[in-house]
Amino acid sequence: MLEKALTGSRRYWGWIFFLLAVIGVGFIFYLRQFAYGLGITGMSRDVSWGLYIGQFTFLVGVAASAVMLVIPYYLHDFKKFGKIVILGEFLAVAAVVMCMLFIMADMGQPMRVMNLVLHPSPKSIMFWDAIVLNGYLLLNIVIGWNTLEADRKEVPPPTWLKPLIYLSIPWAISIHTVTAFLYAGLPGRPFWLSAIMAARFLASAFAAGPALLIILALIVRKLTKFDPGKEPIQALGKIVTYAIIASTFFLGLEVFTAFYSKIPGHMASFQYLYAGLDGVGKLVPMMWLSTILAVVAIILLVNPNTRKNESILAFACVAAFISLWIDKGLGLIVGGFVPNPFERVTEYWPTLPETVITIGVWAIGLLVLTVLYKVAISIREAQIESGSNTH
Amino acid sequence: MSISRRDFLKLAGISSLGIGFSATDLLWKNRAEAVEYMSSPKGLTAKRWAMVVDLRKFKTEEDYKRVIDACHYIHNVPDFGNLKDEVKWIWTDTFEHVFPFQKNEYLPEGVQEKKAVLFCNHCDNPPCVRVCPTQATFKRKDGIVAQDYHRCIGCRFCMAACPFGSRSFNWRDPRPFIKRLYPKFPTRTKGVVEKCNFCVERLAKGLGPKCVEVSNGGLIFGDLSDPESEVRKILSKHYSLRRKAELGTRPSVFYIIGGDEDA
Repeated sequence: MLEKALTGSRRYWGWIFFLLAVIGVGFIFYLRQFAYGLGITGMSRDVSWGLYIGQFTFLVGVAASAVMLVIPYYLHDFKKFGKIVILGEFLAVAAVVMCMLFIMADMGQPMRVMNLVLHPSPKSIMFWDAIVLNGYLLLNIVIGWNTLEADRKEVPPPTWLKPLIYLSIPWAISIHTVTAFLYAGLPGRPFWLSAIMAARFLASAFAAGPALLIILALIVRKLTKFDPGKEPIQALGKIVTYAIIASTFFLGLEVFTAFYSKIPGHMASFQYLYAGLDGVGKLVPMMWLSTILAVVAIILLVNPNTRKNESILAFACVAAFISLWIDKGLGLIVGGFVPNPFERVTEYWPTLPETVITIGVWAIGLLVLTVLYKVAISIREAQIESGSNTH
Repeated sequence: MSISRRDFLKLAGISSLGIGFSATDLLWKNRAEAVEYMSSPKGLTAKRWAMVVDLRKFKTEEDYKRVIDACHYIHNVPDFGNLKDEVKWIWTDTFEHVFPFQKNEYLPEGVQEKKAVLFCNHCDNPPCVRVCPTQATFKRKDGIVAQDYHRCIGCRFCMAACPFGSRSFNWRDPRPFIKRLYPKFPTRTKGVVEKCNFCVERLAKGLGPKCVEVSNGGLIFGDLSDPESEVRKILSKHYSLRRKAELGTRPSVFYIIGGDEDA
């Protein structure tokens, strides 16, 4: 089936070569980082994780959100997701690939990555994160590929696939729960030391992932002969609506706990992120942009009239996606490190090489996504042409 | 595709089984331990090493500088001269920043601004050891939390986990920034974490930590499990503080703050 990615229009190849060029530039900067060390980034002794780990955390959520299609389709027999569930599964594959690349980009000694396997440490949450991420990648490749192949041959998916599909549901929850535990179990980082962290992660993931999927579905409809359909997009829109409300509510719970208790350490990170601390606050405009975008998205999504208008829905999804990207891809990580354990403020801002490497990894993710979507959509298009579309 | 899906799945299944078996093997059988200094017959041993910082003995800037310089020299700690790349094993900060949970604006005059010496706390219950995915950070039988520079993958999870800001990362090659090379201790490479090791390399030779040696009695080192040890004696006579004791990591570094009249 992969050969379907090797034939395409001029526009398709243009996009592929554009991505390859971006990846190339990112790789050149990565080689510089490889030679010089992570000192090339904006990270420091006080803020020792930054943009890379933020992207990893955010994208784990995007990957986990495929379950928002798998659950309705396979558990509740919501047939309308039949055509697009593959788009969710392949989005998960691309997102997990990016997660792994961001981990590699963030390692001080990437050549020693096999130490994770050679000296496994089951007490470390990172050990479990590696297991669940690799497992989830494998599950989605196997499930996505086999359902698509069965679909192409117009036969039901093999029976051995069913248990894997059911397994993928708790597994998706686990990848984001375990990732939240990377942060939630640390003493002395009050911003992260919160039992609701995993729930917050899942809520924001189930908003950001499906929001991205709606945008992708609309792009697919515009560029190809395959129409994911109005109803699945609307159903996804409702999922985004509930999830972003839950996510915002959970953030509100954190704010209440910090500010009603008035414990200084619990308030400090919020103060730094949203108001600035000790006279500095590089992230303040970003955090308020995130808040405003979330409010705008909620208003547009809650109102059925605006949600049903696909242009407005697309706008709301872009707003939700950017809002959650800022919140989780930047604020959540940096906020955990500021102020430092001595109640001193050291600021962080990504450097140019760090940003270019990050864009490069996103481009790799988009390339994986494009190739997988090209295969899936070619099969759909062939079905449409032969008039044998069973869904 | 030159390899059929069935063959691929078979292959994938077999190889993942293989990985699974070899991982369990390593996990339960030939466990490779991270590097420790071998103790020689004349080496100092203890059940639980601990340090007491007697801040009454630190009076001038020189008193702090002496211990810092001595430690950083014999451990080849680089000096980058900027905050972003900073690596440090022992340093100072003021009372209010060292003990942020002991906020009290009515403390005796000068205590708030009084500096305290800081280094790794060698916790009984170290979060850094718990989170390390490769056991590059490990706790020795004598309680010292040690770091294997050759096993560290540079993920910096331990830095996020340490509530005491005791760990440094080599953001770039440290070697050009070592002012005066001390040939008897290894230098580090870029991309690994490092920190105070209670001078395990000196303990193995029967010597106490270097900072203790040059501290003029400001730092006291000994076995916490021995009631006759110097550390136990001084702790039994004076009120002492541990940093962030409420987090339950049980640091093995104790601070005596007040003057003799408070004893």
